[in-house]
Amino acid sequence: MGWIGETVDSIKSIQIRQVLTQGVSLGMIVTSALIIWKALMCITGSESPVVVVLSGSMEPGFKRGDILFLHMSKDPIRAGEIVVFNVDGREIPIVHRVIKVHEREDTGEVDVLTKGDNNYGDDRLLYAQGQLWLQRHHIMGRAVGFLPYVGWVTIIMTEKPIIKYILIGALGLLVITSKE
Amino acid sequence: MHSFGYRANALLTFAITILALMCAMASLSDNLNSPTPSAEVLVLNINWFQKQPNGNDEVSMTLNISADLQSLFTWNTKQVFVFLAAEYETPKNSLNQISLWDGIIPSKEHSKFWIHTSNKYRFIDQGSNLRSKEFNLTLHWHVMPKTGKMFADKMDADP
Repeated sequence: MGWIGETVDSIKSIQIRQVLTQGVSLGMIVTSALIIWKALMCITGSESPVVVVLSGSMEPGFKRGDILFLHMSKDPIRAGEIVVFNVDGREIPIVHRVIKVHEREDTGEVDVLTKGDNNYGDDRLLYAQGQLWLQRHHIMGRAVGFLPYVGWVTIIMTEKPIIKYILIGALGLLVITSKE
Repeated sequence: MHSFGYRANALLTFAITILALMCAMASLSDNLNSPTPSAEVLVLNINWFQKQPNGNDEVSMTLNISADLQSLFTWNTKQVFVFLAAEYETPKNSLNQISLWDGIIPSKEHSKFWIHTSNKYRFIDQGSNLRSKEFNLTLHWHVMPKTGKMFADKMDADP
């Protein structure tokens, strides 16, 4: 009986160790992704360092599915820059170009008007009711870099959640079953 | 160790690394280009001047813009966005920048141009300071790459 008990014990201990190792490696993947994201936030000074273009309002410069790298510095905002801004009452940030800037002499505050390159008119229709200008606090960052197509991954995942779950499940299974 | 999954993973990682490296090199190669664009803008006519009901001045004018931006194009350039801004100071504002005209240049063949136009966007001041106001006309350009870093610069376009 002692021999059987020993074997059972050894099998049990191996399984526990394996499960633990898999758990740790899964945790490593998740935390390293988090570390990279937070580090990017620190370096760029923007609360979302990478955004995906969702609309065609900046075509042909930016198409749907392209990704933009943002940077938020203390530098004043100037005409021509492509900024990402949040409008009160809208959840999704907008990426458009600054066409007018008025900077106050005394306080340094700015009034900014934006327009999408592919849109006919300026953005006052998109702003909150009665809002004529964007202020500094609406602006999340300015676009400095550009990478085409990569954002399609997130667009597909948000629009077809099933694919997301299948992908997460498959990856999870792969991590759990892999021996090395 | 040499399972299908392992090899597929190694191949995919290698392919993505090479692609990322090529994108980075394409973007870095833009630094080798030192552009020498030229531009000239003439204000041909002040069409009209009005004071809006809220007290802001508005001007309409006719412009003649000629520019040669061919040297901005490299093999990594998707398009050049070019715009003309009026820049001036007022007692209230230390800087006013107002875009008067803009255009997208899709290729090098179209980057030497001249255009005769009235201002595309309304030239409205925040207040009533535009009468006999001196303002600088500046031509700005924004180079959008196929991939990588975006470049922007400007030049004084007053003759």
